Amino acid sequence: MYAQLVDTGVKRVKTLNEMSPEERHFQEKIDADIKIEAKNWMPEAYRRTLIRQMSQHAHSEIVGMLPEKNWLTRAPNLKRKLQLLAKIQDEAGHGLYLYSAMETLGANRDEELEKLHSGEVKYSSIFNYPSRSWADMGTIGWLVDGAAIVNQVVLQRTSYGPYSRAMIRICKEESFHQRQGYQILLEMMRNGTDEQKAMVQDSINRFWWPALMMFGPHDTDSPNSAQSMQWKVKRMSNDDLRQRFIDQTIPQLELLGCTVPDPDLKWNEARGHYDFGAIDWSEFYSVLKGNGPCNKDRLKTRRNAYENGAWVREAAKAYADKQKQAAA
Amino acid sequence: MTTQHALTEYLLRLGDSDIILAQRLCEWIGNAPALEEEMALGNVALDLIGQARSWLEYAAELQGEGRSADDLSFGRNEREYRNLLITEQANGNYADTLARQYLFDAWHYYLLQALCDSKDARIAAIAAKALKEVTYHLRRSSAWVKRLGDGTDESHQKMQQAIDDIWTYSGEMLLADDIDNLLFEAGIAPDSAAIKAQWQAHVSATLEEARLDCPPMDSYMQQGGKQGLHTEQLGFLLAEMQFLPRAYPDAVW
Repeated sequence: MYAQLVDTGVKRVKTLNEMSPEERHFQEKIDADIKIEAKNWMPEAYRRTLIRQMSQHAHSEIVGMLPEKNWLTRAPNLKRKLQLLAKIQDEAGHGLYLYSAMETLGANRDEELEKLHSGEVKYSSIFNYPSRSWADMGTIGWLVDGAAIVNQVVLQRTSYGPYSRAMIRICKEESFHQRQGYQILLEMMRNGTDEQKAMVQDSINRFWWPALMMFGPHDTDSPNSAQSMQWKVKRMSNDDLRQRFIDQTIPQLELLGCTVPDPDLKWNEARGHYDFGAIDWSEFYSVLKGNGPCNKDRLKTRRNAYENGAWVREAAKAYADKQKQAAA
Repeated sequence: MTTQHALTEYLLRLGDSDIILAQRLCEWIGNAPALEEEMALGNVALDLIGQARSWLEYAAELQGEGRSADDLSFGRNEREYRNLLITEQANGNYADTLARQYLFDAWHYYLLQALCDSKDARIAAIAAKALKEVTYHLRRSSAWVKRLGDGTDESHQKMQQAIDDIWTYSGEMLLADDIDNLLFEAGIAPDSAAIKAQWQAHVSATLEEARLDCPPMDSYMQQGGKQGLHTEQLGFLLAEMQFLPRAYPDAVW
């Protein structure tokens, strides 16, 4: 989702009998839903997996600012400008909490940013799609933040304490963003012109499938899930999360008076869920590989911001050092 | 000129300066030197947009033509905008942005402080709320001027250049015209000379602490923004900012 295909580096999940006493004690705590804290012993693979997952999540927050920034300077009125700016600012804040939570595991923000810039660590595939119209500000809030919430609500119960607490804070703000996004679309559908209504439908058409891909590959193609589930770093499978998202989103879609570009979507009374069509996973993997419409631009923007800001950060540090020396 | 007309113009100057500077700060989002700065720039821009809305709502009411703060922000052309020239200047590098911000904040702070005593109760109320926000803006931008001025050789050189470059746009806010004078006599706006003295003291002290040279206070100063005569930069800024309401005049957002 915001973290997709996180590698655990583990080939096969160990049973309790195969574990060392330390590992067993650790796993028993997890099984008893006792949070792991920064100072507790943890398997190296658990630590590395969490760093990967949290840094991907944090990077997604900051790269995710960019498609919204694209319309920030063109927001159509003062209220929408304030809302969008506040939302982007929240995302910067989420990035900060997540980097801080990640640093409790001995990782370093600057080093992780280097990995983002070199392409070694990914961010959510969804942010490689362009924001082509103002309606996308609504759709991103509604569908993208909506999908993020489905995942993050579950992650509030993740086994690592600092991550879980960051998620609890973040979820509160995300649900606000989702309502705001939906409200942007609702206003256009209820009171807008035909041109605006077409803009909304076009936006949903473009974002629907990429939003479903945010949950990651099918469980059968998700080799790291078993270990992540045992560690409770992940709490629900990709397919279950995706189904939950679809089930809660379709009634909202109907209220808007819009459709999704999936002829196979229909309610299945027997399952108690919506059935939906096949996802084009070749697109997902292609975007992950760097072929999305915006992969290059997003990374270039982030890299430039970081490099162009180096002299500012260096100056701030030099000044702080001088102040410290003067005080000593 | 009636007091009401002068007051409307004065409110447009305040509101327009806020919205134009906020728009410039929005351009930084996603490109700031650190995540903490993304947040800080966002905070300042949010405050300024909120203040602009308060000033422009009042201006629109006085005009009595049924317009809203949005109509004023998104429906006026360059020639009708009354913002200070300093606020529309391009972002440049981070030192340029902070030089612009600091010189504006120092004026904004003393002005709002004085406007808290305005005879116009609504102005006094808006100013009191805005002053809390701008106190933080000034603290932040002064701190950055010192950090960059007294940081590394490179940052010192960039900060000095930034102050020198923006300086010619720093005089307009301190100079009174007929509108300022009329409102001063009516007890609505403060004495520009007093604000100027406070601004000059703050700026010379800050630059000195930042180990920067303060350009001459009597340098030639560009003017015109308050009367709607802008630099070439404003047209592009407005074209971007006003795109949606202009492209879809019947739309609701």
